[in-house]
Amino acid sequence: MAALSDFINLYLLPGLVVGCIYALGAIGISLLFGILRFAHFAHGDMMTLGAYLAIIFTASLGWSPYAALPIAVVGTAIVALALDRAFYKPFRRSAGIVTVIASFGVMLMLRSAIQLIWGVDVKTYDIGIRFPMEFGMLKIAPRQVTIVLVTAALVVALHLFLSRTRLGKAMRAVSDDPDLARVSGINVEQVVRWTWIIGAGLAAAGGVFIGIQTKVHPNMGWDLLLPLFAAAVLGGIGRPYGAVAGGLAIGLCQELATYPWFSDQPFVAPGYKPAVAFSVMVIMLIWRPTGLFRGRVF
Amino acid sequence: MDIFSAGFLNYLIALGTMSGIYAVLCLGLNLQWGFAGLFNAGIAAFFAIGAYAAAILTTPESPNHLGGFGLPVVAAWPVAMLLSGALAWAIGRICLKVQGDYLAMATIGIAEVIRLVIKNEEWLTAGTRGISNIARPFEALPTPWNALAFLGLVAALVAGIYWAAERAWASPWGRALRAIRDSDVAAAAIGKDVTQFRLEAFVLGAMVMALAGALSAHYFKFLGTTATEPMMVTFLVWVMLIVGGSGNNRGAILGAALIWVIWSATELLTNRLPGEWITRTSYIRVLLIGLLLQIVLQRFGKGLLPERPPRMIDDRPKSG
Repeated sequence: MAALSDFINLYLLPGLVVGCIYALGAIGISLLFGILRFAHFAHGDMMTLGAYLAIIFTASLGWSPYAALPIAVVGTAIVALALDRAFYKPFRRSAGIVTVIASFGVMLMLRSAIQLIWGVDVKTYDIGIRFPMEFGMLKIAPRQVTIVLVTAALVVALHLFLSRTRLGKAMRAVSDDPDLARVSGINVEQVVRWTWIIGAGLAAAGGVFIGIQTKVHPNMGWDLLLPLFAAAVLGGIGRPYGAVAGGLAIGLCQELATYPWFSDQPFVAPGYKPAVAFSVMVIMLIWRPTGLFRGRVF
Repeated sequence: MDIFSAGFLNYLIALGTMSGIYAVLCLGLNLQWGFAGLFNAGIAAFFAIGAYAAAILTTPESPNHLGGFGLPVVAAWPVAMLLSGALAWAIGRICLKVQGDYLAMATIGIAEVIRLVIKNEEWLTAGTRGISNIARPFEALPTPWNALAFLGLVAALVAGIYWAAERAWASPWGRALRAIRDSDVAAAAIGKDVTQFRLEAFVLGAMVMALAGALSAHYFKFLGTTATEPMMVTFLVWVMLIVGGSGNNRGAILGAALIWVIWSATELLTNRLPGEWITRTSYIRVLLIGLLLQIVLQRFGKGLLPERPPRMIDDRPKSG
């Protein structure tokens, strides 16, 4: 058993940070599933794209990644709208699973485009070494605080958008019953556009946070896909708040599972972190497929 | 280029063998997707189980990985298929009730977990070092007969699976599966056990995929972590089946051969480019494969050889 300070500094806080990143990705997957009724397999690669778009500004102009973040968000949202127009819109009226296949293809194309433009090497943002702030036994890196605070702000903004604005309410209506929404005069295509903008934008923010936290590489989107899906299933598909809770839970589970709970050895070897996410997903599918927050099952 | 040279002949044999292995994979996916509408995004998992089971069971003892069973090749393959079928059964039991996208997510998950196990459990799989010295059937024969004989074996297996799949397609079992695929509610209403039928198709498909994995392990005589690469196994097979025509066994074989020939022929072309361009063009190839998938999906949704219902039973010529 390690000391309590190690537990907090090395497992709990990193789990929280990773959870925030997963939450940002899972919101998009959950929203898109609610509105467009398909599991978006290219969502992890949207995060990768966001991370690489930020690199343009950190590498060539020497910007801070935080300054590049808004541009990465806007850029990724634009790319998402273009991809939707070219590859997803033709399948709006066909069965959801065909759109899943299309998103498979988009995933392939996005990743190879990223590899083509930026190469396959691991990249970092060059933010230099910042010493962690110490509060008694707590050691918190400034970037951890920023990631958690910005994620919280984004989630609050999303909440205000969904609950207060006309468009947000329309979005929830389409998610509940697309046909009813359409006959009551809601512009469904407009709702779809904003779903992409929000989903891809949040994913890009999550991708930049990964770069700030660790490093950026072209395959990271694929590695993210499993925890993101697990988070979306855990939170209840089609439930954006559930996705936030699911993301945090999966992030914490993955990190805490490697804590030496019962002996000197990590309970789960660090190499098996994604398997933790998978186990949580399988348990949810058996026990409660609607997720913790009563999403829907198609 | 001298088309009668030994090098070119070897290239053709390799092309045919790989097309055949991919055809087996495609036929397996067609059982799941074409017959039953089950979306398997983790083909690599079942392929890898087949490959590793066959490799571990047939290789001589080695300090690098589990082994020393020394089973003959023909005995190892059924074991490999059974293992893969058992995994598919477990996954299917959990996910087939909630269907659709959930199955896709769960199969991606199982593929990732299998990939992690192969990477991390060195005592079992030798990790990234890989398993070498895997025997290939007929390798004692003189060249090029050894390669030709293996190609013949692969071709015979493709033919056998094709025959069985065609029989299944026309059988009451295949008809029930298609009914479930097109409307599970209607099929359930006439008394078909929807989950059971789906489970059977899923397990059978996974077993066929494991056979392809075993074939590829013996063909390359080496097995490393690249065997579970999602790009080369899962995606390429999906593209093959969609392009060839899902729900059509001939389409599955055609798609496998066509995409594999395109894939390796373009590699031949790009390898002639100057060094720095070779790596870049390999990504362009993936990009184009992705684009090809999109074009086929949008313009030729049913693939090159569209699905055809089997002949009605009454249409068969009466004997006597």
